Amino acid sequence: MQKNRKGGAKAPVRDGVFVLRLYVTGASPNSVRAITNTKNLCNEYLVGNYDLEIIDVYQQPEIAKHENLIALPMLIKKHPLPERRMIGDMSDTERVLTGIGVTTDNEK
Amino acid sequence: MQALLKTKTGINGLDEITVGGIPQGRTTLVCGGPGCGKTLLSMEFIVKGAMMYNEPGVFIAFEEKTEELTTNVASLGFDLQKLQKAKKLRLDYVHIDRDEIEETGEYDLDGLFIRLEHAIDSIGAKRVVLDTIENLFSGLSNQAILRAELRRLFHWLNEKGVTAIVTGEQGEGKLTRNGLEEYVSDCVILLDHRVINQISTRRLRVVKYRGSVHGTNEYPFLIDENGISVLPVTSVKLERKVSAERISTGIPSLDEMVGGKGFYRGSSILISGTAGTGKTSIAAYFANETCKRNEKCIFFAFEESPAQIIRNMKSIGLNLNPHMKKGLLHFHSARPALYGLEMHLAGIYKLVKEVKPSVVVLDPITNLVTIGLLHEVNSMLMRLIDFLQSENITVVLTALTSVMDQKIDEGVSSLVDAWISVKDLESNGERNRAVYVMKSRGMKHSNQVREFVISDRGVQLIEIFVGAGGIVVGSERDAEMRRKAGEGENEEQFRNEQARRRQTDSSVNGTKKAGKKTNKNNHGQKR
Repeated sequence: MQKNRKGGAKAPVRDGVFVLRLYVTGASPNSVRAITNTKNLCNEYLVGNYDLEIIDVYQQPEIAKHENLIALPMLIKKHPLPERRMIGDMSDTERVLTGIGVTTDNEK
Repeated sequence: MQALLKTKTGINGLDEITVGGIPQGRTTLVCGGPGCGKTLLSMEFIVKGAMMYNEPGVFIAFEEKTEELTTNVASLGFDLQKLQKAKKLRLDYVHIDRDEIEETGEYDLDGLFIRLEHAIDSIGAKRVVLDTIENLFSGLSNQAILRAELRRLFHWLNEKGVTAIVTGEQGEGKLTRNGLEEYVSDCVILLDHRVINQISTRRLRVVKYRGSVHGTNEYPFLIDENGISVLPVTSVKLERKVSAERISTGIPSLDEMVGGKGFYRGSSILISGTAGTGKTSIAAYFANETCKRNEKCIFFAFEESPAQIIRNMKSIGLNLNPHMKKGLLHFHSARPALYGLEMHLAGIYKLVKEVKPSVVVLDPITNLVTIGLLHEVNSMLMRLIDFLQSENITVVLTALTSVMDQKIDEGVSSLVDAWISVKDLESNGERNRAVYVMKSRGMKHSNQVREFVISDRGVQLIEIFVGAGGIVVGSERDAEMRRKAGEGENEEQFRNEQARRRQTDSSVNGTKKAGKKTNKNNHGQKR
C-alpha cells in the first residue's frame, strides 16, 4: 500500500508533531473513506505538523496481533503521548480531533 | 445422502452424548454462567485435538491473557507452551477497552478476521475457539455493526472449514447475554453449576444439535486434574452380556447357601441389615477373596476411613494390608456430603475406568440418602449398577436398614441380582445375628436362616439349630450343641437328628409346634 508521509520518511519526531498511524484493509469502502477523511482532516487542522503512515493490515497480518487490532479502520495517535486509538471511517471530525487532542477552537 | 460429519472433542463422555462429537466444520456454542467451565471445556477441545487427533487449534481469548490462561490450565496437565512451540496451538489474547477507543464512524471487525486467518493459516488449524466473543459487546458500542460482523464471522468460520466453539455468558431468560444463539444454530451446549443443599454439581446439557441425535438429559460432569469428564450414565439398555462364572464370597458357608459356588461374576449383590450386623465384614470378605484370586477390587467407603476398616477387619482375622500393598485392593473413602450425588457417581465411574477392578464394594449406599432425595439415590444406583454390569464387574452394595425406613433397599432390590439380609435376633438377653438369602437370581439358594457368627477367627455361618423352644442361637445354641455333642456332624445325620428331635418335641409340647414346623417346610418347598 502506498505510504503517505509528510515531514520526511525517517525524520526524527519533532516536538509537537502529531505521529499518526492509520490501519486499513485494502480498498474496502470503510478504508477508502477513512483515508480520505484522515488526509483531509490533517491538511485542514494539522497543516504540515504531522506524520501520517497508512498501513494495509492485509499486507502485514502479524501487525494485527502486535498492535491488538480488532475493529478497523483504526487510527492510532502515537505522539504526543498518551497514545489514543480511534476506530471508524473518521467521518466524525469532532471525535477524531478530540482523539488526536486538537482543541476544536482551532476551527475556523 | 451424506450424514453429518462430526469432530471428536476428545472430552471424556461428551463424544458419547453427542454420538461422535460436535459438528465438523461448523460452530458450536457453549454457554453457561460464570465459573461453569466454559473456558476449560473449550481449551480441552483444542488441547485434545492437538494431542490426540493431530488437529492443530487456535484459541482466541477475549477474557484472559495468554500467560494467565497458560498458568490456569497447567494444573490440568495441559502444557500450552510446548504445544505452541510444536506449532499445534496458537493463543491470541484479544482485548478491547472502550475507554481507550474513540468511535468515529463506520467500522468493521476486519482486524479480528485478519488475526484469526493468520493464526489459522500459520499452523493449518482445524479447530478454533473464541472465548468469550461477547466481550466485544462491552468494548464496542455500535451494536448494529457488531451483530452484522458476528454473523459474517460465523459464516466465514464455516467457509474456512474449521470446527469452532464459541462461548457465551448465560443471560437472564436467554442462553447468552447478547443472543449469540441467533447466529450459531447447529449445536448448543449448556453448562450449569448448581448448588443444592450446599452441595454443588456441574451439569452439561446438549440443548440443540441440528441434524443429529443426541442425549437430551442433563449430565453431571467433573473437573479434576485430568480435565473434564462427562457421564453418559443414562444410556441404559438391558442388553449386557452375562457370565456363567461363579465367584466365591470368601465365606464358604455363605457360598453354600447359594448352591456352593458363590455368586455369578458381574452380578450385583445387596447386603442389607440393621446397624452392627456385620455388613461391612461380609463385604470385606468378598474383597479379600477377590484379591486372593489376584483380581482387583475397589472398596468405596462412605462411613469409615481405609485405616479404620483395615484395623477393624484385622480384629476378625482378615488382613487386607498385603492386598493394598500389592495394588490389588483400592480404597476410596469420602464422606457423602463431600460433594453431590452425581459427583460421587462421576468419581466412582472414573476410578473404575482407571483401575479396572473385577469387584466393586460400596459401603454403605444408604449414607448417600443424606445428600439426595430417595428417588435420586435410586436412579443414581441404577445407573451405577448398570454401568458396572456392562463392564462385567461384580458389585457388592451394603445397605443399612432401620425399622423406620426400608425404602432404600426396596428400591434397590429390584435392581440387584442377589440380596442377603442380616437380621438381629434378640432373645434371652442376647443379640445374635441371623442371615438369609432373600433372593438370588438364576441359582438355587437355601431357604434357611443361618446364624451368623463373627469372632476373632472370622465370620462363620452356622446352620440353624432348632432346640426345644424353636430356633436357638447364641449361648443357648452353644449349650444345646454341647449337650448334643458327638451326635453326628455331617448334614444328613444332623437333619435326622433334627427330625427326631422335632418328633420328640411334638410329643412333649403337643402338636402346635410340629404344625408350625411343617408349614415352614412347605413354604420352603414352594420356593
